[in-house]
Amino acid sequence: MEKNIGKIVGVNGNLLTVAFSKPVVQNEVAYALLGDTRLKSEVIRIRGNNAEMQVFEDTRDLVIGGDVEFTGELLSVELGPGLLTQVFDGLQNPLPELAEKYGFFLQRGKYLRALDGEKQWEFTPTAKVGDVVRAGDALGSVPEGIFVHQIMLPFGIQGKWTVKEIAGHGFYTLDDEVGKIESEDGKTRDVSLSQRWPVKVPIRAYAERLKTTEPLVTKVRIMDTFFPVARGGTYCIPGPFGAGKTVLQQITSRHAEVDIVIVAACGERAGEVVETLREFPELIDPRTGRSLMERTLIICNTSSMPVAAREASVYTAVTIAEYYRQMGLNVMLLADSTSRWAQALRELSGRLEEIPGEEAFPAYLESLIAAFYERGGVVRLNNGETGSVTIGGTVSPAGGNFEEPVTQSTLKVVGAFEGLSRARSDARRYPAIDPLDSWSKYPSVVDAADVETGRNILRQGNEVSQMMKVVGEEGTSINDFLVYLKAEYLDAVYLQQDAYHDVDGATSAERQQYVYGKLTQILRSTMTFKEKDEARKFFQNLTQVTMDWNRVHEGTDEFKSLESKIEQMLAEVTKDA
Amino acid sequence: MHKVYHRIDKIAGNVITIRAEGVKNGELAEVTSPHGASLANVIRLDEDQVSLQVFGGSRGIPTDAKVRFLGHTMETAFSESLLGRVFTGIGVPRDSGPTLTDNMIPIGGPSVNPAKRVIPRNMVRTGIPMIDIFNTLVESQKLPIFSVAGEPYNDLLARIALQAEVDIILLGGMGLKYDDYLYFRDTLEENGALSRTVMFIHTAADPTVECLMVPDMTLAVAEKFALDNKRVLVLLTDMTNFADAMKEIAITMEQIPSNRGYPGDLYSQLASRYEKAVDFEGAGSITILAVTTMPGDDVTHPVPDNTGYITEGQFYLRNGRIEPFGSLSRLKQQVNGRTREDHRQIMNTMIQLYANYRETLEKQSMGFRMSSWDSKLLKYGVRFETELMALSVNIPLEEALDLGWKILADCFEPAETGIPSKLTDTFWPKK
Repeated sequence: MEKNIGKIVGVNGNLLTVAFSKPVVQNEVAYALLGDTRLKSEVIRIRGNNAEMQVFEDTRDLVIGGDVEFTGELLSVELGPGLLTQVFDGLQNPLPELAEKYGFFLQRGKYLRALDGEKQWEFTPTAKVGDVVRAGDALGSVPEGIFVHQIMLPFGIQGKWTVKEIAGHGFYTLDDEVGKIESEDGKTRDVSLSQRWPVKVPIRAYAERLKTTEPLVTKVRIMDTFFPVARGGTYCIPGPFGAGKTVLQQITSRHAEVDIVIVAACGERAGEVVETLREFPELIDPRTGRSLMERTLIICNTSSMPVAAREASVYTAVTIAEYYRQMGLNVMLLADSTSRWAQALRELSGRLEEIPGEEAFPAYLESLIAAFYERGGVVRLNNGETGSVTIGGTVSPAGGNFEEPVTQSTLKVVGAFEGLSRARSDARRYPAIDPLDSWSKYPSVVDAADVETGRNILRQGNEVSQMMKVVGEEGTSINDFLVYLKAEYLDAVYLQQDAYHDVDGATSAERQQYVYGKLTQILRSTMTFKEKDEARKFFQNLTQVTMDWNRVHEGTDEFKSLESKIEQMLAEVTKDA
Repeated sequence: MHKVYHRIDKIAGNVITIRAEGVKNGELAEVTSPHGASLANVIRLDEDQVSLQVFGGSRGIPTDAKVRFLGHTMETAFSESLLGRVFTGIGVPRDSGPTLTDNMIPIGGPSVNPAKRVIPRNMVRTGIPMIDIFNTLVESQKLPIFSVAGEPYNDLLARIALQAEVDIILLGGMGLKYDDYLYFRDTLEENGALSRTVMFIHTAADPTVECLMVPDMTLAVAEKFALDNKRVLVLLTDMTNFADAMKEIAITMEQIPSNRGYPGDLYSQLASRYEKAVDFEGAGSITILAVTTMPGDDVTHPVPDNTGYITEGQFYLRNGRIEPFGSLSRLKQQVNGRTREDHRQIMNTMIQLYANYRETLEKQSMGFRMSSWDSKLLKYGVRFETELMALSVNIPLEEALDLGWKILADCFEPAETGIPSKLTDTFWPKK
């Protein structure tokens, strides 16, 4: 086929205007040629015979009249075995391989294939000749680390197909044909171990979408107990800078009870990304006893990498998440931060000279955010199994103000809101999720009535605390003061958690149920104190013992002895009641 | 070889537009007018119209000025002979030394591959407890100092430069008052640090466009030194001036403005500079400390706001002190687990109690009776402020931690601090 070549007629930042003569497709990929260097770009608007293209690279040295080669393909990723453990940029370039080949810097125009084309995978067929199959159905599988990686029919094919040929058990590369299928109208096509999929289109090769009901344990107490996330659900963590968004995401990526974690750094700090990059291979997954990296994939587009690639990064990440979901796995996608992605959209919109919406964000911001989060969910596959994609996105609102468009658009479409507060992080109350502002529509890991008790105490405690600011401690009744102390106690020993402590850093659902049950008992009990100082003293001591309790492994002697110490202390102040 | 153009179609702000062919995006040109020559670079191509920003400013440029394209993008010289020298934002000597033209390197190069970074791991000791204990500075960190006019931010910057253990200091001055430039030069010289320093200084009186080049010149040189295994400290002051210069150009170019008139790519522009902070695998490092003055002390202003989301923490300078709330070193966790086992606990506990002290102060100002707990907090807060918070304190980390325990023990019982028993058993001073 003859190449479709256009000519550059304008360069403005990373936006190119290209005159074309043969048909081009909206969102198709094209390469601006600069000597031997090919700069990847995407068509984002067409006006008459000019295509406006966003370049995923620095546009320095491009000239008017330069050639642009259109590919006819939408921005796509390669899906197949070998994705896990990888570190890709937003366009699915493997970063470690790029570093090996080109050194310290990300030289523009240097692209490598996402997956290793040489590697041989051990294929075991599961379909038979004559089977009738649809898009997404498996023909066989290969082992990928701890998972059985299904080799599925391309997601884009329509209707029913018949298996005409299938390879026997053996070793194959990604490009080897392992099956041949025929459609009802007699067309045939080959199936290999990998396929390509356009990132901006959701994969829908499943039977139906199900309701999200099951809690997803993150081992962060305030989340699981008070503001839970569901498997296949969506949540957002907005917060001003420094309130602890990234640390919270990192903890979740380690402890959440899912099969696969995809971390998408869309415009975050390289210093933080490199932590995940370097630490994950060293960390042992408590569930598998193997490196955490074996069930992790990182999409890394740091803040200094080209803005257009940042825009693509969330789509690349969610497409890969959907791919593993199609195998019946539970996938968690953590996007940090979606505001950076939204800012990338704003930047491009500005270059296109579109009429700006609220805070100069494009008018379509809301629908793009909604469409992204809607790619999460639990689905029933054609074979009856279920798979899920849970999406957790951080939001970095300008000035920490939750009224801004990105936070507000996100709140409309997510199931849980873990709002971080500056006041809590200033007071070093981590995780700084605000217990009064946050909400969740998903079920908790502990009893709903007990959660309500805690919530009431927190609410009332806050009211008393506000009141004390007006009338002083002396103007507060001892009963009100006790409510305040109970709220502070619950906050200190349960809502706060030391992310860097081996034991306190991750609390299992069982332990949460056990400990929270005990705390509810304390919160509900009637205590007698002669004066406020005595009450404060009691709670200070109780707090310290309970925090010590949080820091020991459950079931140990120390755990039991601290527990009985707490019971003893409680008995002493409740005996007269 | 390069064609010379004589006809300027449009002059707006510092941007001129001519009709020319074969010009590369980002290319440099020399604009010659009766007042002298200035460099300019191409910032936009639209068919045969080429827009250039003129570094020397457009004042006095006639429509028949000579424009000659140079065929390459902005460069700076790089060699050991840069050390001890002072240049303008576009690399012209500001001191009496010779112009350097050998070994020219491009500026504004590509981003470091994250796979070639190592996890930041070395603490940079400063002797300032508010930094060492509470907001530990780490090699390769990028950290702004959020401040308002009038605060001693340049003094703090200079002091950290002198006390921090690094090989090379690079100072990028943007919109500096001439006095401030002289202050930096003299302070570094008096303390014998000038010979390991290179300065790129744009003063308030210089043309705006030159301001834009300062971070890129400084960081390109820093990168080269770091690749030569040097530990480099880059000081940038003041990044708000840099952002304002960008705003000026963007508006002149009739770009659609984003928040408060700043260009839509403010975040990307700031990030591509700050992200040059790096610890290279198998080579040296770049640590960036930058001043960001906040107009009206407003941290939600687009410049500090965007900066906060890019950098690895921030020091708030207020009333001559590093403010404990809001100040943050994101990388401190990388190093303070290995300093001393009580470091993290002291760091958290003392700030929590200081937050309580602030609340008590409020209660006191409203005339409420002080409980015995309040009195303890009042005693604590004052001692914390004078003995640990003051910027004049200069003691090693270990000494500062001991002092922390002493202050706690003088004011509280162990259980009142919420410190786990295991630590109080070891560290609580015996009376």
